[in-house]
Amino acid sequence: MLRKIFALMKKEFRAILKNKKTRMVLIIPPIAQILVFGYSASFDLNKVPFAVYNEDPGLASRQLLARFQGAETFHLVDTIDHDDGIAPLINEKKVMLVLHIGPDFTRNLSKGQPAKLQVILDGRNSNSAMISLNYVRNIVMEFNRHWAALHGGHHVPAQLVVSSWFNSSLDSHWFIIPGIVALLALVVTLEVTALSVAKEREAGTFDQLLVTPMTPLEILIGKSLPGFIIGFVEATFIITMTILWFHVPFRGSFLVLYLGIFAFLLSAIGIGLMISSISVTQQQGLMGAFLFLVPAVILSGFATPIENMPRFVQYITYLNPMRYFLIIVRSSFLQGASFDLLWNLYWPMALIGIATLTAAGMLFRNRMY
Amino acid sequence: MDVMRLRGLVRKESRQIIRDPSSIGIAFFLPVLLLLIFGYGVSLDARHVPLAMVVEKNSPQATALVSGFNQSDYFLPIPMRSIQEAEQALMERRVDGIIWLRHNFARDLLTGGKAPIGVIVNGVDSNKARLIEGYVTGVWFNWLERMTEAQGRKLNVPVTVEHRVWFNAAVRSRDYLVPGLIAIIMTLIGAMLTSMVVAREWERGTMEALMVTPVSMKEVIASKIIPYFILGMGGMLLSVLMAVFLFQVPLRGSMWPLIVSSSLFMFTAINMGLLISVAAKNQFVAGQIAIVITFLPAFILSGFVFDIRTMPVVIQWLTHLVAARYFVDILQTLFLAGDIWPLFLINSVWLALMALFFLMIIKKKSRKLLE
Repeated sequence: MLRKIFALMKKEFRAILKNKKTRMVLIIPPIAQILVFGYSASFDLNKVPFAVYNEDPGLASRQLLARFQGAETFHLVDTIDHDDGIAPLINEKKVMLVLHIGPDFTRNLSKGQPAKLQVILDGRNSNSAMISLNYVRNIVMEFNRHWAALHGGHHVPAQLVVSSWFNSSLDSHWFIIPGIVALLALVVTLEVTALSVAKEREAGTFDQLLVTPMTPLEILIGKSLPGFIIGFVEATFIITMTILWFHVPFRGSFLVLYLGIFAFLLSAIGIGLMISSISVTQQQGLMGAFLFLVPAVILSGFATPIENMPRFVQYITYLNPMRYFLIIVRSSFLQGASFDLLWNLYWPMALIGIATLTAAGMLFRNRMY
Repeated sequence: MDVMRLRGLVRKESRQIIRDPSSIGIAFFLPVLLLLIFGYGVSLDARHVPLAMVVEKNSPQATALVSGFNQSDYFLPIPMRSIQEAEQALMERRVDGIIWLRHNFARDLLTGGKAPIGVIVNGVDSNKARLIEGYVTGVWFNWLERMTEAQGRKLNVPVTVEHRVWFNAAVRSRDYLVPGLIAIIMTLIGAMLTSMVVAREWERGTMEALMVTPVSMKEVIASKIIPYFILGMGGMLLSVLMAVFLFQVPLRGSMWPLIVSSSLFMFTAINMGLLISVAAKNQFVAGQIAIVITFLPAFILSGFVFDIRTMPVVIQWLTHLVAARYFVDILQTLFLAGDIWPLFLINSVWLALMALFFLMIIKKKSRKLLE
């Protein structure tokens, strides 16, 4: 049995690696993508382009604005002196926000009356708008504290003491890059498995395979192993890059993480092979791969939290192996989570894997044309 | 180019589409399904965040603060007896944050000392953590105001921030995510529809049969583009209708820029699929390339969720290679802001340039030559 499986596996590997274009597709995109996505996928803002519309002749407004100009997170693009100047700057995305200070800002401030800083934001990306507004508030809070220390008044009896666990500077790269491990591992495994049976069916060689002494189980294992090995190697490569290149701290245990990778790859291969054995043509295989891949990524919690989804969509996500693996990989990296905090995430993936692999094996025989 | 020959080829291609239901499924069923799931599923606005409340000693001030959290729509406060219990809940991901009032909270508050309010958030999802911090600050500030008012004073803050969010006053993240989703879904559909069609002809040997006919390569390419373009535009129309009527995203721009940019984008996406197909000459490879280079770049580098303006400069240049980037920009602006001509023109020109570039390579790669 082992010899037969090994022979089929060897043939599968040859089919994958023989073609120069396929080799390139397997090797170059993951390297390029971890680098490009690692740098680009972030919710943090830096150098937020802004414009200033200051009607106040006083000193205080200039002191406040100097804080914005000195901050790393902001980048002054333009100064305007008229209401009409705001719209073109924001409409054409030249700035993300405009700071408007009215004519009596300094006067109010020195009289102890509330002085207003008006912020006009581009809401086309409302998440960026809210984040940059938070940055503005932080700078104003600093200014207030400084002003109160110099001029008295403004005593706040209860301060918030905020600390964030596992990612104290709230660097969103730490959240996204471990997620890319899951993303690329899933894409690569699907790429290897989703077309593998469909290709043979279209070429007619799958019928030949079925009349050999190999059992469907042996065919299944022989078809699974290449995807598993390639997925495993690429996942390891990306994890290494995450730790050594992007310096995301790895606080957990590799055993916990790799057990997760094992279960995740099992489910991904199962789904890939199932898609492939349902499909009669490669075009259908490709469609099936996308039909699974796209919702799996978007509804995984990779970029937008699952808790924000409505109930019925949340129920759908229980069928998504990436949902579970994302938590395992992120907790392993940032939280240093142990097995007992994560155990209930392994078995759903294993279950999905076993169910889809069984279905694929059954479809081998029952879907003949 | 001969119109008669072209018509014949288009007819053959259309029949092939109609007879294999998967193409029709891709064009009409897929956008509806994906938009339906994503439109509801994708949101960055946290609501009902589970929050552990640890109040070590009851006092009127502490109760007032807790009720502030109870009334907030953003939080789902869960009372806990000790900080240890709350920390354990945070470790197990049952809560996303902790509010901790120590036993000396009320006393410090009254004696005018500094009474700290402990806030611990789970920083793994940093974006959410930052939002939670913002919401907590809001609740805290309201509580401070009410407390100082109750003492007959006014909370005196030197500078207050007043904000106005243009184009999306309610700050609904769905309003900008849905137009972006349309661009992503259309990228996929263009690639899925066409990435196999030329490779299939090569693989089955029908390309060689076509070569001995008087049909020119230009006509073959055109006959591949036309039916899939019409199919793709049908899907596009459905998506826009769903965005407006189902998801209630305001469409503030006018119709014809929407039609022009959609056509341009569809044309570019289909050309990209064709290019994959022509270059691969093999369905297996074409399919693999399509999986790798269409979805993820469109998802991450298009400005759909991750703002391009905050990426490193080198990556910002790279995003110019992603067609979806221009369409996301056009759609977000057309839907939320209206007709902003300079943006529309720049992005459309880029799209047109990309389409032409793809077309040129396709032409170069698809000579009537056997290897």
